[in-house]
Amino acid sequence: MSTLLPPLALRVQNLSITYPDANAGLHALGPVSFEIPTRQFVCVLGPSGSGKSTLLRALAGLLPPNAGQVNFLSPTNPRIGFVFQQSNLMPWRTVLENILLPLELEGMPRDLARQKAAELVLLVGLESFENSLPRDLSGGMAQRVALARALVHDPDILLLDEPFGSLDALTRERMWAELSRIWQARQKTVLMVTHSISEALFLADRVLVFSARPGRMRLDLPIPLPRPREDEMRYTPAFGKLARQLKDAIEEDR
Amino acid sequence: MDITQKWIPFSAPRLRARAVLMPFFGVLLFLLGWQALAQWGGLPAFILPSPAQVGARFVRALAEGSLARHTGITLGEVLLGLVSGVSAGTILGYLAAKHKALEEFLAPALAASQAIPIVALAPLLVIWFGAGIFSKILVGGLIVFFPVLVNTMTGLRAVPRPLTELMRSLRASPWQILWHLEIPAALPVFLSGLKMGATLSVIGAVVGELVGANGGLGFLINLGRGQFDTALVFVATFTLAGMALLLYGAVHLLEKTLLAWQEKA
Repeated sequence: MSTLLPPLALRVQNLSITYPDANAGLHALGPVSFEIPTRQFVCVLGPSGSGKSTLLRALAGLLPPNAGQVNFLSPTNPRIGFVFQQSNLMPWRTVLENILLPLELEGMPRDLARQKAAELVLLVGLESFENSLPRDLSGGMAQRVALARALVHDPDILLLDEPFGSLDALTRERMWAELSRIWQARQKTVLMVTHSISEALFLADRVLVFSARPGRMRLDLPIPLPRPREDEMRYTPAFGKLARQLKDAIEEDR
Repeated sequence: MDITQKWIPFSAPRLRARAVLMPFFGVLLFLLGWQALAQWGGLPAFILPSPAQVGARFVRALAEGSLARHTGITLGEVLLGLVSGVSAGTILGYLAAKHKALEEFLAPALAASQAIPIVALAPLLVIWFGAGIFSKILVGGLIVFFPVLVNTMTGLRAVPRPLTELMRSLRASPWQILWHLEIPAALPVFLSGLKMGATLSVIGAVVGELVGANGGLGFLINLGRGQFDTALVFVATFTLAGMALLLYGAVHLLEKTLLAWQEKA
């Protein structure tokens, strides 16, 4: 392996997940194997029920793997930043208090935690809403708070499970630009599940396409489009070709 | 902006003034009707004393010190019943929410508690534990126990699963999940159970006293009835109502403070 390559953030080997509660055990995922170098932005695409969310939940330690191995760069207790499809904010906490939750759980002194959270508030552009309650936020703002919360404790990996799936189309596209900017500012490794080919092409360095259940990897495609990626990029032949490749891979088993 | 102008008559300060004035008028009308009935209804004072007579009896009972003493006894029973019922209900509710087996074990008792009024147990408890305050605390405690238990359980079950997953992805300990998530998330439902319990505990203590006691407002009601001192019955009843209102108000205030984050209705 070349020394020029960045170190691996994540290595997944023969990971397989079966849900025990379904009658005969629902084989949701795998076996899948892949590696993600640090600071890479990887999107996972696939039809519904291809185990994409299952993969994220397993990586976050919410599901026990039935077989296979997951290794993070930091061997013990990797820090996870998870953004769900819904913002999942605590309605009794203000924006700032929601963002500093991960730091509070780590036992960081209150003042320092507030200070760090305030930096994140700036990063996601919510400076005048620090003390607002979630009920006063729009969907896009709530999702920015969720993103800030996922970043505040400087996680080893950012796991995004269709984070913009519940937003309207215009807000969603604005959030792509925001996320690109934040990803570049914080230099994070990202694994993001999405349904949208455009979303993947706007954001990712690399796209993994999963098959229908049980999810297996069908395509591992690098996205060499230049950054920053603008709206006009949509109409370039390179974009069209990649989109076509992804679509074909997703629809292969129909 | 014509539309906003049309809405001005319904502005907040006027609504608030109305919310204060209307109950006041309600009480005033009630008192006037009562006074009229007592005065011109041809009823003797031991059937229906007038508000003025009840007021005079209140002042006398207050001056004798007997009202304060009996109120103190009942209030003590109510508070001890409330504390014991709420603690037991909360702890068992928490455990039942966590362990399905315990919930199944408790299910018959919960169903029975919905079907029969707990106060029906008061005579038994007085037979077993005597006429002192202990049997009253038990009645009050039991009557509070069930709604608090059920609401604690319901509240904890309603904790959004995605939030639990968020906490777990952040490697939160069970204690952290309890403190930062389960308690605040279950609080609204828990507090409405407590509100119910606060008024029920007064009922429990008084029913216990009516069955057999040597002190307390329920005892005072029995005493007044036996001596045809109906004004005293009224005095004790109103004091009880006041006590229940104060308790309800205290929980309401607690609710307003702790649940300030909730959407206003």
